[in-house]
Amino acid sequence: MPETLLDVEHLSHVFRLSKHAHIRAVDDVSFQLHRGEILGLVGESGSGKSTVARCLMNIYQPTAGVIRYQGVNILDRREFARNRKMLETRRQIIFQDSASSLNQRMKVADIIAEPMHIHHIKPPRGSLREEAAYQLKYVGMDASYLDQYPSELSGGQRQRVAIARALSMEPELLVADEPIASLDVSIQAQIVNLFKHCNQEHGFSILFIAHDLAMVEFLCHRVGVMYRGRMVELAPTAELFGDPRHAYTKALLSAIPYPDPVIQKNRPRVDFEELEFDREGAFTEVTPGHFVLQEDRR
Amino acid sequence: MEEILNIKNLSVNIHAPGGTVHAVRDVSFELYPGEVLAIVGESGCGKSMLCKAIMKLLPKSAKVEGGQIFANGVDITHYSQKDMEKLRGKLFSYVFQDPMTALNPTIPIGKQIGEAVLVHEPKLPKAQVYERVIELMELVGIQRPRERYHLYPYNFSGGMRQRSVMAIALASNPRILLADEPTTALDVTIQAQILDLLKKIQVQLGTATILVSHDLGVVASAADRVAIMYAGKIVEIGTAEEVYYDPRHPYTWGLMQSLPALNKGNAELKTIPGMPPTLVEPPVGDAFACRNQYALEIDYHQQPPMFRISDTHYAATWLLDPRAPKITPPIGGKRNA
Repeated sequence: MPETLLDVEHLSHVFRLSKHAHIRAVDDVSFQLHRGEILGLVGESGSGKSTVARCLMNIYQPTAGVIRYQGVNILDRREFARNRKMLETRRQIIFQDSASSLNQRMKVADIIAEPMHIHHIKPPRGSLREEAAYQLKYVGMDASYLDQYPSELSGGQRQRVAIARALSMEPELLVADEPIASLDVSIQAQIVNLFKHCNQEHGFSILFIAHDLAMVEFLCHRVGVMYRGRMVELAPTAELFGDPRHAYTKALLSAIPYPDPVIQKNRPRVDFEELEFDREGAFTEVTPGHFVLQEDRR
Repeated sequence: MEEILNIKNLSVNIHAPGGTVHAVRDVSFELYPGEVLAIVGESGCGKSMLCKAIMKLLPKSAKVEGGQIFANGVDITHYSQKDMEKLRGKLFSYVFQDPMTALNPTIPIGKQIGEAVLVHEPKLPKAQVYERVIELMELVGIQRPRERYHLYPYNFSGGMRQRSVMAIALASNPRILLADEPTTALDVTIQAQILDLLKKIQVQLGTATILVSHDLGVVASAADRVAIMYAGKIVEIGTAEEVYYDPRHPYTWGLMQSLPALNKGNAELKTIPGMPPTLVEPPVGDAFACRNQYALEIDYHQQPPMFRISDTHYAATWLLDPRAPKITPPIGGKRNA
């Protein structure tokens, strides 16, 4: 049994919009992330994927539920304070829009070195600048970019800088919130390869949030499907794509564009907008490792 | 068949402080009534500029430097904005990438569609405008249009907003629809629907569509013909079957190889090395040469012409020259029906 790095139990998060209106963005979600695993989280916009990511990173304080990172309950203020340094360096997040997540007025070298500066970490490779150059090289960019500003870089390069910044802390867990959503296809492939490399060579565990199912199928070991705040299915990738059980997963899979005009033109498609899918029931293990949200038949 | 739009050797330059950007370089293509032509390329390859040049919606700093645009056989290259206003909406309409910014957030959806109807038929009685709006909303697949007539854009989901934008674009039965990345801001599920809708409209109304996208996977379902753009030029154009099953340009190979769907079982995705060139000073020879593992000596000195492969299929690469060494394409060739 692989070691559980992150354990999420019955996580719920409610946004209060006003006195009377609230949105249940995440509703009773439970899953585990094992060490050295890439877990994909897919779903439409508004399904609560990003909210889950933000809860995991202590950006939001969830309404209910428990999140344990290596056994530490990160939602408990005392436990968090006691393990603060570990939690803040070992977990890193990469946001979707690198244009707004990087400081426009800082140079690339400073952006990458900033976390080390904040956490008073002595750079293992001499100066902060050398360390930044090393991280930049790791993500496939050379040192000539060190003195540039984010606005001078392309979208793919900016996303690499964001990844380099996250990697400078030598994290165990990378939470990547739609890191490839706004990039060109060939650049997406480069970034996905980089994630795969990080995982295989250095054993980073990655929570990969995306709505591009083809990329998720390629990259992830296990995939969780979210629908309106609930996790409706969680299974190893091959099983989820080969034998989807929940109606929503099936519908979602039918929407993946396939680059072949004949196949694509003759495929049955499920109409979504007017459809309601089942989001009630219990999260049941149908085959080992394959969980589906379904009516309890016992 | 008579072409409805004919672009001949169109060039667009953008005059920026850092130098002149050659955004569109010598692009020629035809569009026939009732077909969907997909233009595929990476960001910055000039595909949006090309569409804007056709509609004469270019920013002030950009100018059409050369070439001609024929619409319905009439040369509209030097039309003034006033003349263009008569064509926009009736002859061609534009669907923008982001439906949120294309709609006015303070006006109900139905009224916004009605505005578009009124622009083209100012004397139409109110009741008829209403009926026309309902008809348009039904056409683009907005269910229960009478209830939704009074809703605001923020009440709508991304897909519904894009449908509304398309209703506005279709308000006066345009013959050409230019859709500039209409699904990029949307979810996969919604994307599939919008593409189906494009196809439906094209069949139902016979509208010719130019569909701009950066993803070959996305356009496979909708496109009749596909043009691949790189560094301001069309490098390959052909029917969808020809481009997907028998791609000839190395850049098309690269684009297809980087799709995860075609990489099953591979340890990592194939990528195209390097970056697209800056178009301030476009390279002398083939712009793709420095990223092309199959590049020949001549690629660095001379631009390849469009080689004819079949009557509908053309590609600009020296590999198609009879003197070039024979290379087996790394992708395509199989028709897995």
